[in-house]
Amino acid sequence: MTPLLSVRDIAKFYGPRVGCEGVSFDLYPGEVMGIVGESGSGKSTLLNVLAGHLPADRGEVLFDTRAEGLKDTLTMSEPERRMLSRTDWAFVHQNPRDGLRMGVSAGGNVGERLMAVGARHYGEIRDTALDWLGRVEIEAGRIDDRPNAFSGGMQQRLQIARNLVTGPRLVFMDEPTGGLDVSVQARLLDLLRGLVREMGLSVLIVTHDLAVVRLLADRLMVMKSGRVVEAGLTDQVLDDPQHPYTQLLVSSVLQV
Amino acid sequence: MSAYNFAYLDEQTKRMIRRALLKAIAIPGYQVPFASREMPMPYGWGTGGVQVTAACLTPEDRLKVIDQGADDTTNAISIRKFFETTAGVETTERTGEATVIQTRHRIPEAPLGDDQILVYQVPIPEPLRFLEPRETETRRMHALEEYGLMHVKLYEDIARHGAIATSYAYPVKVEGRYVMDPSPIPKFDNPKLESAAIQLFGAGREQRIYAIPPHTRVVSLDFEDHPFVASKADHACDLCGAEQSYLDEVIVDDAGGRMFVCSDTDFCATRQAEGHRGRFSPEAAE
Repeated sequence: MTPLLSVRDIAKFYGPRVGCEGVSFDLYPGEVMGIVGESGSGKSTLLNVLAGHLPADRGEVLFDTRAEGLKDTLTMSEPERRMLSRTDWAFVHQNPRDGLRMGVSAGGNVGERLMAVGARHYGEIRDTALDWLGRVEIEAGRIDDRPNAFSGGMQQRLQIARNLVTGPRLVFMDEPTGGLDVSVQARLLDLLRGLVREMGLSVLIVTHDLAVVRLLADRLMVMKSGRVVEAGLTDQVLDDPQHPYTQLLVSSVLQV
Repeated sequence: MSAYNFAYLDEQTKRMIRRALLKAIAIPGYQVPFASREMPMPYGWGTGGVQVTAACLTPEDRLKVIDQGADDTTNAISIRKFFETTAGVETTERTGEATVIQTRHRIPEAPLGDDQILVYQVPIPEPLRFLEPRETETRRMHALEEYGLMHVKLYEDIARHGAIATSYAYPVKVEGRYVMDPSPIPKFDNPKLESAAIQLFGAGREQRIYAIPPHTRVVSLDFEDHPFVASKADHACDLCGAEQSYLDEVIVDDAGGRMFVCSDTDFCATRQAEGHRGRFSPEAAE
């Protein structure tokens, strides 16, 4: 089986400081990979490099494109990469304000990606938007409201709908549950888990919340100081941590 | 008046503007940056249009200046006088007789010919400006032809008002490539952008020039189920009776009285001279 995403020896430096270094892994279709680590461990840098938001200093990011098979996204042309990020990729930001257009209605936010790839029928765009709002549990009556009239949890669900509307195959998530209270978090995780299974999505999810990866991720990478210190199946890493830092991380979680 | 160079600007400046104009014509709809000069009038009064006109004028030209279709407003009169003084060219109010027409917010009703140049005054040349404030990003969007955002604006119009409510500065796609702001002309004028005349757009404050060469395909953006409509007030002109011209609504008293008149004053006067009459014409009112 060809991996959907194959990352080879990625490195990113901020001047003399290391952003991330020597990261390699394969992500297979339908697989959810969690990246955990403390603040400043380079997990967000890694995600942004992989999604093409930051230039890498070394390495390859091979993506299984529909037309040409495995292709290095770091060296492909900008129009091609931007096309990928509008169709086959999705990026869910921690702060929904970064991923939404706050001045545009919920329907317009969901419809933007459709219009960007050429949809020109208002009625169909609106129907698709309504369908997606329903799938992320936003009432149909809110379709013409702007996101700033939504609660934090609704904004995050709207951002997810906006990203998944074009049926992407790979989703990057940067702390999707950060800043939400626990009950809203639980609903969002439930929703995400359903969508991932239903659509067969491959997901790279960055978080510092071990409960999130326990629920969502099949595999786990633990990062510290820009390097991957431990990787493996989620349950294996969390239940039997080998690296001292992972042991510290797992034992730091408060038990209620 | 020998203290000024012909048409106010010095020859080097005119060369610079002509180079930008040639580039703009070569790439229809593309915004060409140019080194806009200070003009002896405030920004917003047509400094871009005046510079383009100055670079196009020859001593044999006949100039017409309109503002919202009218030849007799402050803006039109002062620009016309400016070129009478600095270039000594003939001026006219007749659309058919003019070789260069500088306009603000309208395209004349009478069809233009291939020996005419239409110069637009443009306040904000970037059609994506109010959707995406970053210039670096809008340039990239033009370069990569990413125009989905323009339809998001039209989508919002329909979602909020039930129809595309944008009624002026209606975005168009030029020759299947660049999305362009046709300056704040009413969308009624959009079909006239496909013309035999050369159309030049000058934005002085924003330092951009763009152009539509003759007989270029210009398509107004729309949705399949909400097609573009070139709308106007549903009346006939009260002075000349024209039913197919763009109308101004004029309040005539404080009791709700109003009249509709052609915004193109030359078109209206020509029709009246030909004997056409409207509801409020002096003879009809008697």
